[in-house]
Amino acid sequence: MSDVANPALGAAVSAGPVVAQASIGQIFLEFLIIGATSFGGVVPYLRGSLVTKRHWVNDKEFVEMLSISQSLPGLNATNMAVLVGEKLHGALGSLAAIFGICLPGAVLMYIVGIFYRIHGDHIWITAALKGVAAAAVGLILSTVVGLSKKSLAGKFDFIFIALTVIAVNRLHQSVPRTLIGVGLLAILFHRPRNKRKESVAQ
Amino acid sequence: MNQIPALVRVFAYLSLLTVGGGMAAFPEMKILTVEVHKWLTFPQLIHLYSVGQMAPGPNMMMIVAIGQWAGGILGALAVLVAFFGPTALLAFLVARLWKKLERWPWRTSIQQGLAPVSIGLLLAGCFTMAKGAIFGLETAAIAVGVLLILLQYKINPALLVLAGAVLGVLSFMPQ
Repeated sequence: MSDVANPALGAAVSAGPVVAQASIGQIFLEFLIIGATSFGGVVPYLRGSLVTKRHWVNDKEFVEMLSISQSLPGLNATNMAVLVGEKLHGALGSLAAIFGICLPGAVLMYIVGIFYRIHGDHIWITAALKGVAAAAVGLILSTVVGLSKKSLAGKFDFIFIALTVIAVNRLHQSVPRTLIGVGLLAILFHRPRNKRKESVAQ
Repeated sequence: MNQIPALVRVFAYLSLLTVGGGMAAFPEMKILTVEVHKWLTFPQLIHLYSVGQMAPGPNMMMIVAIGQWAGGILGALAVLVAFFGPTALLAFLVARLWKKLERWPWRTSIQQGLAPVSIGLLLAGCFTMAKGAIFGLETAAIAVGVLLILLQYKINPALLVLAGAVLGVLSFMPQ
């Protein structure tokens, strides 16, 4: 609402982030709220909070940070926290953001873990957990489909997906070996083709 | 027996495998936490992971429960630092470097190449989990149902996992 009241601010919003800096406290609090409310996947909540509500990053930066987060090891949620925190307040910003986003879920799962250890073999709970686990499998599959639609560069990529699955599930190769082996193959396949001559010419 | 050093080693290692998502590390997590260190059983691992999908925040917070079981509150803290520390540091360094790499032609190649591999790792993790989670018609129907609903409608996945709990009680409670 305040954006509407101030036309100058509104113009700045569309051009880029208004606030390039935020205090450690603000960063921690904002990520704490995301960490406590982001049921069912963090990314939409991150966008709503950081882009729409706070204007700490603009849409373009957000998408770019998300694509970096996805290619790096680490969860999207925590990598995004580190990247946005770094942009706003350097190393301390990163620390504040990752602590904030992890704290609520960590406390909750600590309690759930203790509760499950004590009551996990209650018949009601084992029955419910069978359904929960099956639903989680469906959820992961939908993530796989969503990512495939969004981030694959060509039909050939399905071969790399298949190779990865076969290596891990059928040939029982370790994840790092698969990651390096198939990863290198896929990176070489997507090697820069036309720009290569430029770098040779330089 | 003090499990803290083993917890730190295992989870620092697992954290580096989570390319594309936490599920990518699942096959390795099963081997290390269930088979090698016997901190929990495979069904327990599946249950914790699945329940963790209903919690807010980063979706691998179930590791806290494994740390707590194996080493109490110190175990939980050790696991958190080991699992999130190394990748956070890496993301931090890359954040600084990334702008400078903007013109580096291999940057796009690496992103395009890692995309299918990370999707493959997620899928492989999913299959590993499905071996323990899908048995018989009811569980298969729940998984397929959740998948189809999520592909078709914009609905909060945590609600569907919760619905899975209700269906689980309806299907598996002894009469």
